[in-house]
Amino acid sequence: MVNLEVNIGKTTFKNPVLTASGTFGNGSEFDDFFDVSRLGGILLKGTTLEPREGNPYPRMAETPSGMLNSVGLQNKGIDYFEKNIYPKVSLYKTNVIVNINGNYIEEYVELASRVNKLDNIAGIELNISCPNVKMGGMAFGTNAASAREVTKAVRAAYNKTLIVKLSPNVTSIVDFARIAEEEGADSISLINTLLGMAVDIRTLRPSLSTITGGLSGPAVKPIALRMVWQAAKAVRIPVIGIGGIMNSDDAIEFIAAGASAVQVGTASFIDPMASVRILEGIEEYLTTKGFNDIKDLIGYINRK
Amino acid sequence: MTKSVRNFQLIDNKSIKKDFYVLELSSGQPLPEILPGQFVQVRVDDSKETFLRRPFSVHDVDYTRNSLKLLIQIAGKGTSSLSEKKPGDLLSLVGPLGNSFSLPENDDRTLLVGGGCGVAPLLYLAKYLKSHKREFDILMGFRNRDRIIEHEEYRALSNVYLTTEDGSEGEIGFVTQHSLLRKEKYSRIYCCGPDAMMKAVGKFANENQIHCEVSLENLMGCGFGVCLCCIVKTVDGNVCSCTEGPVFNIKRLIW
Ligand SMILES: Cc1cc2nc3c(=O)[nH]c(=O)nc-3n(C[C@H](O)[C@H](O)[C@H](O)COP(=O)(O)OP(=O)(O)OC[C@H]3O[C@@H](n4cnc5c(N)ncnc54)[C@H](O)[C@@H]3O)c2cc1C
Ligand SMILES: Cc1cc2nc3c(=O)[nH]c(=O)nc-3n(C[C@H](O)[C@H](O)[C@H](O)COP(=O)(O)O)c2cc1C
Ligand code: FES
Repeated sequence: MVNLEVNIGKTTFKNPVLTASGTFGNGSEFDDFFDVSRLGGILLKGTTLEPREGNPYPRMAETPSGMLNSVGLQNKGIDYFEKNIYPKVSLYKTNVIVNINGNYIEEYVELASRVNKLDNIAGIELNISCPNVKMGGMAFGTNAASAREVTKAVRAAYNKTLIVKLSPNVTSIVDFARIAEEEGADSISLINTLLGMAVDIRTLRPSLSTITGGLSGPAVKPIALRMVWQAAKAVRIPVIGIGGIMNSDDAIEFIAAGASAVQVGTASFIDPMASVRILEGIEEYLTTKGFNDIKDLIGYINRK
Repeated sequence: MTKSVRNFQLIDNKSIKKDFYVLELSSGQPLPEILPGQFVQVRVDDSKETFLRRPFSVHDVDYTRNSLKLLIQIAGKGTSSLSEKKPGDLLSLVGPLGNSFSLPENDDRTLLVGGGCGVAPLLYLAKYLKSHKREFDILMGFRNRDRIIEHEEYRALSNVYLTTEDGSEGEIGFVTQHSLLRKEKYSRIYCCGPDAMMKAVGKFANENQIHCEVSLENLMGCGFGVCLCCIVKTVDGNVCSCTEGPVFNIKRLIW
């Protein structure tokens, strides 16, 4: 038996395969396909204080080996979450992490203190990297001073595992990784989507109602991998790798480059069972390669 | 109606008109119950161009053969590639997805309206209504005689009325101009077709207080309610057309 367990902050994950926020709904959408509790953890759709309608249709465009989205954090708000979603996700026998978003620091803080009271939520992923909202979101994650301020404020309001989700739309990912660590984050996850755009040449209009949107899928993988590698070398806290992970080979690349865990995103749209197949693939790889513990694979390429 | 990811084997691919193909796909195992109006998400191949799955309405189901049919109109890369599939080829399907058309009351006067590849879900709907002993008529609109799809199959199930935009067969004009709509008093309309057709039919239904359901074809990322890309504006706010639709009562839609 291979040991797949990893520790991130105050949380033990039975395996390193998690799902990326906004690509896994609230988990229940996958119940027909597989037992969600098999995963190391699930990250729920981005939540805000107030309900949000998101951006107008069209919000999606397919691009070579990827897709652009501009959903804009459509969700029913934290009240609805507490009443209707929390009781359901509490039944999963895996770590459930809430992805929080706000326009102002005060909103992030209030969300964090509300989630702090929910016993069955293992942690928060602080999203300061959504490219699809006018205020907040990426504005926090691409400015060093505000990234610092929001992380510090949320840390003070939340005592369980705090993961800061970084934006790739910055010049130096290492700076932001260090800021998160300095302000007390337990972990960083990266990458969120890359700002991109597409034009429909039949209608000669932008493909998205918002003109620009976030690129995800295999198209972003090499960039994500490079950033994860850089960040993992720069900080001591565990790094969670995200970006274009479609199969276990991709996941293994991220882990070998320094990720302690991975999140599966867009892949779940194409194969709803992608995350669990990736889990099986990692286990098989470790066995074949003679690793007894996933920890021996984490950052393998960085060792002499 | 449990959803699953499954490989289906193509058993027949028939070109029925220029740009229109009927694919019959069979699964090794029994099919779950599939309702009329539901759709499947088809993986085209591993090409970088057709990265996401493509949604198609279930055109027909044969539980005895564990098979289902899709009616596909060539619209771009994915549909062209599907049109070239050969018997024996495997296709991965996610489904059945979405809601379905409602079952009419026994005393309803029901009309099915379709146009272009929007006639796809109507065949299975017609068979379903027939098996539940409901009476209905079918009205179809096409650009011209050469674009008419499979109406013999529909004729076997009920009366079929046609319009073509150039009058080359049936009455001339759009479906909403057909004389049938002035003669008959329908209480229920099911419509699937181009947006303009559904809007015109919806308007007609509203003006005449007819219960009307339309099947929308929004762009889809996942097809099962997680990406929130397929939204449609309704009186209840933005909702996913892949889970709360694709079939909507027009009263709910803000067009
Ligand atoms: C619930 C649902 C049921 C459908 N049922 C059928 C069916 O039974 N038969 C059938 O032939 N088609 C159906 N469609 C439409 C079909 O999914 C698209 O034609 C197909 O995805 C186009 O793929 P492509 O790679 O060939 O085109 P692309 O190369 O991706 O695009 C070519 C053109 O098709 C348009 N297009 C792409 N996706 C869609 C879409 N989802 N709806 C409408 N236009 C689109 C694009 O805007 C573009 O103009 C359905 C769509 C939905 C959402
Ligand atoms: C449709 C869609 C919605 C997303 N919504 C969120 C969100 O609410 N919060 C968030 O932090 N990231 C969100 N993301 C970003 C993903 O979590 C992930 O960081 C990104 O897609 C890269 O991973 P991938 O290439 O595996 O998809 C979303 C991505 C997509 C495609
Ligand atoms: S297509 Fe993804 S939510 Fe409807």
